Amino acid sequence: MIVLKWLFLTISPCDAAEPWQLGSQDAATPIMQGIIDLHHDIFFFLILILVFVLWILVRALWHFHYKKNAIPQRIVHGTTIEILRTIFPSIISMFIAIPSFALLYSMDEVVVDPAITIKAIGHQWYRTYEYSDYNSSDEQSLTFDSYMIPEEDLELGQSRLLEVDNRVVVPAKTHLRIIVTSADVPHSWAVPSSGVKCDAVPGRLNQISILVQREGVYYGQCSEICGTNHAFTPIVVEAVPRKDYGSRVSNQLIPQTGEA
Amino acid sequence: MEEEIELKTAPADFRFPTTNQTRHCFTRYIEFHRCTTAKGEESNDCERFAKYYRALCPGEWVEKWNEQRESGTFPGPL
Repeated sequence: MIVLKWLFLTISPCDAAEPWQLGSQDAATPIMQGIIDLHHDIFFFLILILVFVLWILVRALWHFHYKKNAIPQRIVHGTTIEILRTIFPSIISMFIAIPSFALLYSMDEVVVDPAITIKAIGHQWYRTYEYSDYNSSDEQSLTFDSYMIPEEDLELGQSRLLEVDNRVVVPAKTHLRIIVTSADVPHSWAVPSSGVKCDAVPGRLNQISILVQREGVYYGQCSEICGTNHAFTPIVVEAVPRKDYGSRVSNQLIPQTGEA
Repeated sequence: MEEEIELKTAPADFRFPTTNQTRHCFTRYIEFHRCTTAKGEESNDCERFAKYYRALCPGEWVEKWNEQRESGTFPGPL
């Protein structure tokens, strides 16, 4: 049974928080993949430094124990070691900084014009999504609210505190521009699998560019304290194949014209 | 039921390269209304700007600005 369970878990990507999760969720965008790769780069140097420091510490404690070595040393200078212990950390810092800055600046570069703009507006305590690329007048073509599904209404297999009634449907492998803002207090729109966390500030439009590389359902939660139900305003992004996107959006249009 | 929705939206504007796109939305709105006052209400050239500001600006902001324009209190260089 355990073997079967492990087999199953390895073929389904982790796009939501898991109990006792230690590492990152699986990457769904190039940004997140870059963040994970940077983490691996830094972790390598981190282990090197950790082992080195622990070794020196243990060695010092062992050899200079007051019982074995009663007379303390009176060394105050050591030019060679001082030069080395300045140069080596600088070199290590440089090795860490290069991939870090490369990722940071590449995240800001918008090379390709986005194909779609989606507005994510935070409210207390739900989200509104607007897809306004297609309307011919000032009324939105597609606006809907996204509320968390309360625990009593969950179906078997759904995640507690993470499911919503209306998901954000996006086409996979398409450059998206997400504009994040708020209608009342600051919120934050975060989807860890996509490497996105963007504050929703009232009166300000924050833009993020993402490219979701694989189809799937990605979960996230509000990441800026916004009142009593801050823990109960999740985000669910559903990436569908590009050819299905049109029909999915139209399907949501039809019930919405009755409600909106 | 549409077969293929054409995926097109407001392009990235080099005047607003940073994360904060508030001015971008505001500028597009103003450009549209300046265009209509210059070229006339029914001109098709201005439709481009209309699409841009509708894509970028939240509906509530657009409604508020429309009301302000009607009452003459819009705080922008129209």
